Amino acid sequence: MSHASHDDYYVPHGTNWPIIGTIGLTTLFVGFSNYLNGNSIGTWFMLAGTAIVIYMLFRWFGEVIDESLSGKYSDQVDTSFRMSMGWFIFSEVMFFAAFFGALFYARVLSIPWLGGEGDGVMTNAVLWSGFEAAWPTNGPGEVGGDFQIVGAWGIPAINTLILLTSGVTVTFAHWALKQGNNSKTTMWLAATVALGFIFVGLQAYEYQHAWSDLNLTMGSGIYGSTFYMLTGFHGLHVTIGAIMLFVMMLRSAKGHFSPHNHFAFEAAAWYWHFVDVVWLGLFIFVYWL
Amino acid sequence: MITRATNRLLVSAALAILASPAMAGFDELNLTQGVTPISREVYDLHMWILWVCIIIGIIVFGAMAWSIIYHRKSKGAVPATFHESTKLEILWTAVPFLILITIAVPATSTLLYMSDTSTDADMTIKVTGHQWKWQYEYMDEGIDFISNLHPDHNNARMKGSGTDVTTIDHYLLDVDEPLVVPVDKKIRLLLTASDVIHAWWVPELGQKQDAIPGYINEMWTKIEKEGTYRGNCAELCGKDHGFMPVVVKAVSEADYQKWLGEKKQAAEAAAAGADREWTLDELMAKGQQVYNTNCMACHGMNGEGGVGKAIAGSPIANGDAGAHIDLLLKGVAGTAMAGYAAILNDVDLAAVISYQRKGFGNDADIVQPADIKAAR
Amino acid sequence: MSEHVATHDDHDHGPEKGLMRWVRTTNHKDIGTLYLLFSLLMFLIGGAMAMVIRLELFQPGMQFVDPQFFNSMTTMHALIMVFGAVMPAFVGLANWLVPMMIGAPDMALPRMNNWSFWILPFGFAMLLSTLFMEGGAPAAGWTMYPPLVLQTQDAFPFLIFTVHILGLSSIMGAINIVATILNMRAPGMSLMKMPLFVWTWFITAYLLIAVMPVFAGAVTMLLTDQYFGTSFFDAAGGGDPVLFQHVFWFFGHPEVYIMILPAFGIVSAIVPTFARKPLFGYSSMVYATASIAFLSFIVWAHHMFTVGMPVAGELFFMYATMLIAVPTGVKVFNWVSTMWRGSMTFETPMLFALGFIILFTIGGFSGLMLAITPVDFQYHDTYFVVAHFHYVLVSGAIFSIMAAAYYWLPKWTGNMYDERLGKIHFWLSTIFVNVLFFPQHFLGLAGMPRRIPDYSLQFADWNMVSSIGGFAFGLTQLLFCYIVYKTIKGGQKATDRVWEGATGLEFEKLSSPPPYHSFTEAPQVK
Ligand code: HEA
Ligand code: HEA
Ligand code: HEC
Ligand code: CUA
Ligand SMILES: [Cu+2]
Repeated sequence: MSHASHDDYYVPHGTNWPIIGTIGLTTLFVGFSNYLNGNSIGTWFMLAGTAIVIYMLFRWFGEVIDESLSGKYSDQVDTSFRMSMGWFIFSEVMFFAAFFGALFYARVLSIPWLGGEGDGVMTNAVLWSGFEAAWPTNGPGEVGGDFQIVGAWGIPAINTLILLTSGVTVTFAHWALKQGNNSKTTMWLAATVALGFIFVGLQAYEYQHAWSDLNLTMGSGIYGSTFYMLTGFHGLHVTIGAIMLFVMMLRSAKGHFSPHNHFAFEAAAWYWHFVDVVWLGLFIFVYWL
Repeated sequence: MITRATNRLLVSAALAILASPAMAGFDELNLTQGVTPISREVYDLHMWILWVCIIIGIIVFGAMAWSIIYHRKSKGAVPATFHESTKLEILWTAVPFLILITIAVPATSTLLYMSDTSTDADMTIKVTGHQWKWQYEYMDEGIDFISNLHPDHNNARMKGSGTDVTTIDHYLLDVDEPLVVPVDKKIRLLLTASDVIHAWWVPELGQKQDAIPGYINEMWTKIEKEGTYRGNCAELCGKDHGFMPVVVKAVSEADYQKWLGEKKQAAEAAAAGADREWTLDELMAKGQQVYNTNCMACHGMNGEGGVGKAIAGSPIANGDAGAHIDLLLKGVAGTAMAGYAAILNDVDLAAVISYQRKGFGNDADIVQPADIKAAR
Repeated sequence: MSEHVATHDDHDHGPEKGLMRWVRTTNHKDIGTLYLLFSLLMFLIGGAMAMVIRLELFQPGMQFVDPQFFNSMTTMHALIMVFGAVMPAFVGLANWLVPMMIGAPDMALPRMNNWSFWILPFGFAMLLSTLFMEGGAPAAGWTMYPPLVLQTQDAFPFLIFTVHILGLSSIMGAINIVATILNMRAPGMSLMKMPLFVWTWFITAYLLIAVMPVFAGAVTMLLTDQYFGTSFFDAAGGGDPVLFQHVFWFFGHPEVYIMILPAFGIVSAIVPTFARKPLFGYSSMVYATASIAFLSFIVWAHHMFTVGMPVAGELFFMYATMLIAVPTGVKVFNWVSTMWRGSMTFETPMLFALGFIILFTIGGFSGLMLAITPVDFQYHDTYFVVAHFHYVLVSGAIFSIMAAAYYWLPKWTGNMYDERLGKIHFWLSTIFVNVLFFPQHFLGLAGMPRRIPDYSLQFADWNMVSSIGGFAFGLTQLLFCYIVYKTIKGGQKATDRVWEGATGLEFEKLSSPPPYHSFTEAPQVK
């Protein structure tokens, strides 16, 4: 034990990962900025930055896993981790809230105004006469041209089922873990990860279809903007969550978890449920209503 | 411990600094009462809140000062030990709350009064903000013009212009063409913008509203006194945000009608001008004037560029005239280069395009108003 | 992983040697120091930009800079002061003080703590680098309203990603503080026994976690509107420029309380010490802080009264904003009651705390005036607003940080600061901050818009006064740098309690300076 304190709270001494992560992140952002400004060198910086960040994550988490396995973490440390993960997920919820806010604002306020409802009479009469409020819409300028939308009851409904099922399988994994049944845990996790990637695959297929067949792009006015922003960030989170669960699967196979010590697994599971709930919001407000 | 003497020195120094120039600006301390019913209500409300704050301030700071003076250790004060009183807490939650209500009630009625824009409006003017000028369109009269910062002021405000700006009357608050309105009429203003958000504000009218691209905001005013009232664009709108004044001239009904007649005549003359051929010299003279008021801010006095690309040697200005006209009419999407179709008339456009094609060392063919008309 | 075994096997708990100590550190005191020094550096840079602003405004006519550069200065000044000076200073104080105040061995997540700090300097390096780019630094104001901000040239993506980095830093820092406070308290340290500084930071941390992601979302929409064809803020596509303002201020208003709640905590620590009397109304202070935080989520549109909201919206936001005066008033009254019949002395920290109470209240009063919608139509975007927020930010937030520095520096370094110089610093600051910002009320009422590089002649006199105050206030802050430097270097030794009336674990249980690792044994709190 490196450090004696009340409850033996583990305080690591010195670490290189944050500064490496910082350098990676900065390289990534500087590269992305250059890329957006049209400097081709930016791409290389982005790749390098991403590589550094991934390396850092591997090593940092690796170190944490080692410490965890060697029993350095007391229950109190575990509680710190749990709280942090919980509040981190809350911050993610607020990130999505910004885009949901944009969606509601457009649907409830700006589109009706542009269409001349309520306070928008003059806006419509003077600037956009002829535009009628409706949803979906690409606005009075018909930005991006005619488009069709992805119906709720095709792939999105299937995806809803997939995600809900994956929520169940991850819970089965948890039960198995609590019984100390490693192989079962691994199996249920594998199922969850598989469902996650099927979801992402279907989503990718749907994007491809929407983009090229339905002419629904990010440039399709406010509908396309909110559609891709929300589903895109959600898809990204599903991918991250699935990778997290994949790592948990590997760790479970290696026998890292015990019935009462498996915070990492739970964190990944919480994250997965969060992704699930966001999807329900998306399904209802983006695809369905 | 800071000594009494240094203390006194500092205070008198501060007072001296405050006192000397304060004399000149002394009448500029408070909000204007303005010349409209709205502005007066607003002023009264302002004074009421100000007094509320001052009185609460005196009580709070008074109590503090009392403790500081009488409950200091050097005076042998022995600390009391009380540290709670539910009664007091309730008291000083409730009393401020009640005070706030006395502010909220008149504030609400003033706000409702201000927001009634459409009842009995006598005339409607559409105000469009552009980087960095205002466009006024008298909706019922078919009159439409641009109001720029006065050219003299514009020259004087350039860095290193050599002009002593303190010699200029109403420095930065004068325009080439003010908004002219009759007194005692309820005027409805529709505000919008073409590029970025601006805000139309004349303190004496007691109102300010944002002009937002793609949306219309409304406000109304009724000026009770003849005179010239000056204000500014009040929303950061880029480089020359500080040089985008609003000037409103309120005149008698008779004078207004006279002005209206002249305006209409001028518009007819311009329309007639659009139907004839212009000589190179005419186009260059007119073009320079249009360029300096509309384009120079971004493209530079000598077409050297700035916010906008250089005109001197520009492939557009030396290339196909049709493409040049098109660019001017539509602008370049996603850049500061706005379309001028709604801002300049055929003659102005023909002139400024020709001016760019023959001036600044460029050499390409000129265009005529008829070309513009055809391209619109 | 071989190397970590080596790191952890050393049982010597002192700091590492050399520069790498600061890069690799996981110690809350080291990280606190890093934050505080970084904040001071940013204050000087942001202040230097303010000096450029005041220099150009010293006289009418354009004399020194171009309008575009002036706008860049305004924008960068605000971004640096808000995100680089005030927020990191408070996080630095939290790092130093929260573990010591609640009897914890360190922050809950020491490695993440290091990360929250170190991405800051890199973020600001990115932001500052835009000064040398094609088209200059961002110039659309710290509020970054579209469509104007979309006219930013090469600096644009750097601005967006800087915001992402700052957001990441703040969220990680805030999560750390929440976990520390909830999980690391010494036995007996119940929530309602925590010092108010801990309480205010606790609530601040929640504000941060709730609003920084929203800010990140807002600028992400700017990014996609600029480069990926979306139409969030473009009416032609069905969007609305005003949408950005709603999202921004949903973040922005809580943000201003993020910059004042910890200040309330500091003042609530200092006033009782020098009045030698317990804080009046501890629990009502806690509830008031929580009410302010709650209200801060439902008042955002008071920054947007002129955008043309429906009247019902304007009324709602006006009433909600006015309500904030009530819990804030409770705080002010409690401080005054704490002084009442105390036994007061006036060392530098107390002077700054008293200056804070008076000047912050003045700023609060002008805030209340701004809250009244119909009158705000006149005040909005004038120097009256500038005066308001500098009173609450400079003579509010910054004064509280100064007070905290004087109050705890002896604890941190073991050395007393120079009391005479401290008092001079206070008096010069207080006088000149008023010379600097009070006339701006007059300018605003007389009709001077904000964010302009040149102005009409009737504003000349007060602008000159304000500039003189500005230069003098700026120079005075160099004195502060000197005092801090001198205190770190040496000076009369401080006692463990430092101040006669001081209370709290950091003064009662720890030496001055405290050991590198404090509370390795948990203290018992009665
Ligand atoms: C630390 C930062 C801070 C703090 C604490 C505050 C506090 C307050 N602010 Fe301020 N504000 C800013 C920072 C801050 N503000 C900034 C940075 C801007 C400009 C942003 C930009 O546009 O760039 C701004 C702008 C701003 C506006 C928009 C103005 C405009 O652009 O037109 C408004 C409008 O309502 C406002 C209101 C208030 C109110 C009501 C409070 C209240 O919290 C104040 C409450 C305190 C008191 C009232 C004093 C003490 C109370 C008593 C003694 C009790 C009794 C009193 C009464 C009953 C009156 N602020
Ligand atoms: C916490 C935040 C904070 C702080 C501390 C300050 C501090 C100061 N501010 Fe700032 N300010 C803002 C936040 C802050 N400001 C915000 C949010 C805006 C709005 C921006 C916008 O519109 O987008 C703003 C805008 C703003 C304006 C309006 C600009 C405009 O509208 O165009 C002005 C003008 O006077 C100003 C001045 C000052 C001055 C003189 C100080 C002084 O207190 C600074 C003093 C410190 C120093 C000077 C540094 C120390 C000294 C040196 C480095 C040595 C060099 C000194 C000399 C040469 C004398 N500020
Ligand atoms: C608000 C700033 C602004 C104003 C005012 C402005 N321009 Fe421009 N202009 C630009 C910008 C920015 C570009 C570059 C657009 C791009 O990136 O292609 C531009 C491009 C041009 C070009 C094309 C140059 C080239 O070689 O590609 C011409 C011609 C032009 N402007 C003419 C004018 C005229 C004539 C006026 C006045 C009637 C005017 N501009 C007013 C900003 C402005
Ligand atoms: Cu137009 Cu500011
Ligand atoms: Cu606010």
